[in-house]
Amino acid sequence: MMLQSEAVKQKPMRSPSSWSILWREIVRDKLALISLIFLVITMAFVYGISLILNQSEIVKVDLFAIHEPPSENFLLGTDYGGRDVFGQLIIGTRNSISIGILVTLISGIVGIIMGVVSGYFGGTVDNILMRILDFFMILPTLMIVIVFVSVVPNYGVMSFSFIMSAFLWMGIARLIRSKALQEKELDYVQASKTLGSSHLKIIFTQVLPNISSLIIVTMTLNLAANIGLESGLSFLGFGFPESTPSLGTLVSYARNPQTLEYRWWIWLPASLLILILMLSINNVGQALKRATDAKQRRG
Amino acid sequence: MWTFTIRRILIMLPQILLLSIVIYLLAKMMPGDALTGLIDPNIGPEAIEAQREKLGLNNPWYVQYWDWITNVFQGNLGQSFQHKLPVTELVSQRLINTFWLSVMTLILTYAIAIPLGLISGRHNDTWTDRMITGYTYIGFAAPIFIFALLMLFVFGFHFGWFPTSGSVEPGAVPGTFDYFISKINHMLLPALSMALITTVSTVQYLRSEIIDTKQKDFVLLARSKGVSESRIYRNHIFRNSLLPVAAFFGYEITGLIGGSIFIENIFSYPGIGQLFLNSVMQRDTSVVTALVLLFGIASILGTLLSDIILSIVDPRIRMK
Repeated sequence: MMLQSEAVKQKPMRSPSSWSILWREIVRDKLALISLIFLVITMAFVYGISLILNQSEIVKVDLFAIHEPPSENFLLGTDYGGRDVFGQLIIGTRNSISIGILVTLISGIVGIIMGVVSGYFGGTVDNILMRILDFFMILPTLMIVIVFVSVVPNYGVMSFSFIMSAFLWMGIARLIRSKALQEKELDYVQASKTLGSSHLKIIFTQVLPNISSLIIVTMTLNLAANIGLESGLSFLGFGFPESTPSLGTLVSYARNPQTLEYRWWIWLPASLLILILMLSINNVGQALKRATDAKQRRG
Repeated sequence: MWTFTIRRILIMLPQILLLSIVIYLLAKMMPGDALTGLIDPNIGPEAIEAQREKLGLNNPWYVQYWDWITNVFQGNLGQSFQHKLPVTELVSQRLINTFWLSVMTLILTYAIAIPLGLISGRHNDTWTDRMITGYTYIGFAAPIFIFALLMLFVFGFHFGWFPTSGSVEPGAVPGTFDYFISKINHMLLPALSMALITTVSTVQYLRSEIIDTKQKDFVLLARSKGVSESRIYRNHIFRNSLLPVAAFFGYEITGLIGGSIFIENIFSYPGIGQLFLNSVMQRDTSVVTALVLLFGIASILGTLLSDIILSIVDPRIRMK
């Protein structure tokens, strides 16, 4: 009797929400926590400072200050146009992160829609969409993006992010599809169908929330990859125009051997920043990835 | 196995066809056409128009596409207006350099991946394993162009151990031993930079494969029979773990293609990646189309190769 009443008194344990699992995993993983704090601080700093900085002032050519080494006036020296490298670094980081997020969102949305539709409906729809996906998969992405960038008339930041997104949605689509294939066989979807819910309602209010943690993980890892790809393209000269510096633009000055050898202040900070940014985002992403798989959790 | 291979090849053909159409349309979007570079400024517009008509440049796009693709099948990829050379000749000159660079990279990739994967899989969760895993972590996140730049800066310029550009010493005579050594010397740093990054996924894969295999029953059996530890690793675990790794060989080729564009640009290595970037900048349309087609087909073949090896290694895949 005693035991029974105690059991009644005890509240039933609620299973932790997916957000709290994600959070707990990050806190448990010291490296991921440090990375997250670093990312938040960097982003706050970069977006905050760039509100004060004047972009057109920074990219203005000053012929009296070409290739100045770091000094009090120029914290990180100047480039071949006499432009302040530190200011460009701030603006470049902001532009790189912004475009990374934008591309991740666009390609993510396309990928999620393709994946969910394909996995949820299956059959012919799935077949057709997957053949399209297969075709995109075999394209030499980097080359096609470079060719596209060079042929698009009135090229700008928006068209650049659309071109990139057009060739980056396949990975997430594939992942979401396989998850949606499993999910639609589960009882709750069948029950919902029996009750007469529309497909749209089932997809948006039931299937998608259940795979949201997977989406978050993939998007985080994609963000790192996209920042890398954008800076790579800018490095090759097929990314941002020089008037909108990105981290890759600063690194691209190192294609001049003189700059690479003797003027480290132009390209080295940007390179290291890209490296650390990608590592941090990856660390956070890997921790989140572990959180979605109960077997690998540390927390 | 044969039916799978044949089916897989049949799927590939429409992919190549579609790829060629996409590339052709992209090339059409590029400003200028096959005639642009050949025009003599002294010729009047009527003569140019007549020449355009003669070359078939006024036909609808599918007719032009047909003309182009039939030429491609006969090995005629057009004329590079920048280099004043047939594209086939130009590409094959550069292709040799890229081919050897890729071979070198692949050799280094596996030369690094196999020992590291073996060590970290065998002694997992030790100090050494953590170092190796840490390296794969960084290598996984690092973009190849930044890594290559740092390598060039440190080993090429700072220490001066390696040449920093080109594919061979300017004065070297082809055929001599010095020429060969100089070639290798020029390839070493670019290949190593690329290999240190591409090897990462193979290391990770081999490591988890070995950790998986060493808990299997046949390993336990071998141990209980008293087989020495080194023999178990050499003959039982390593062999069984290597097959799935070998299957990724084809995907590795696909990965090299993207990397070579960055690497050749950074090390000014006269290969296909560099030719591609220069041709895009100079709007040398016929070279660009040929190269994208070449790389596209190479990556399709790479995937095909991996799929076939995988189907031999893992019979379940054939059923799909």
